[in-house]
Amino acid sequence: MSDVKKFLYVNRKAPYGTIYALESLEVVLIGAAFEQDVALAFLDDGVFQLTKGQNTDGIGVKNFSPTFRALGDYDVQKLYVERESLEERGLSEDDLIEVVYEDEDDDWEEKPAIKVVSRAEMADVMADADVVLSF
Amino acid sequence: MKIGVLVSEGPYTHEAADTAYKFVTAALAAGHEVPRVFFYHDGVNVATRLSVPPQDERNIQQNWSALAKEHGVDLVVCIAAAQRRGMLDANEAERQGKDAHNIAEGFRISGLGQLIEMGIQTDRLVTFGD
Repeated sequence: MSDVKKFLYVNRKAPYGTIYALESLEVVLIGAAFEQDVALAFLDDGVFQLTKGQNTDGIGVKNFSPTFRALGDYDVQKLYVERESLEERGLSEDDLIEVVYEDEDDDWEEKPAIKVVSRAEMADVMADADVVLSF
Repeated sequence: MKIGVLVSEGPYTHEAADTAYKFVTAALAAGHEVPRVFFYHDGVNVATRLSVPPQDERNIQQNWSALAKEHGVDLVVCIAAAQRRGMLDANEAERQGKDAHNIAEGFRISGLGQLIEMGIQTDRLVTFGD
């Protein structure tokens, strides 16, 4: 396919409190059907979207975090998380859910989709993208 | 250049829909193509034809509708975001059993695929929002 573009979905906001995170994920799921090169970036409060053990019972809003684990099935293989954003919030990689994808170039071996990167590396990820959608 | 535009904040509360309108007007005047504008999140509320701002204020919906008519810009409102917020066209109102619809002339309701397609088919995608 000649016109494959690099789509980057940038998630900067907490999963609840505003609808941006949920509606961003809805775009990602639809966009996955278009056979483009897809990556997600999580920074600022957006890193909370991937934290383990979310429980929304108290706020009457659907907990959509399990959907992130299904992203591998949609062939979404790159979830970049900014290390500095984690550290500034007292979080580490251990606090994040596991998201895996099956690598078709490596006998369908399950591999982690989440990659923790530095702020400088995140800048490179953004510079490298053709289409950046920021939520 | 072919430019796609995403509006992701609601009218009047936020300046995004105004700035996007001015940007599209300027881009067209400079000879660029703007084939489509996609309205998402609270941006879908721009498309209501029931908005009645005071007479000495700009009418954001009418500005966009006029732009669509004059320049053939495709104004697409995300269906999932629209339904959450009570934005329905005649077809959707009937399908959902609602007694009213409110999508203004020049806007159409469609899926998120239209946003992705816009990203693929344009040279630049410019977002107006927070």
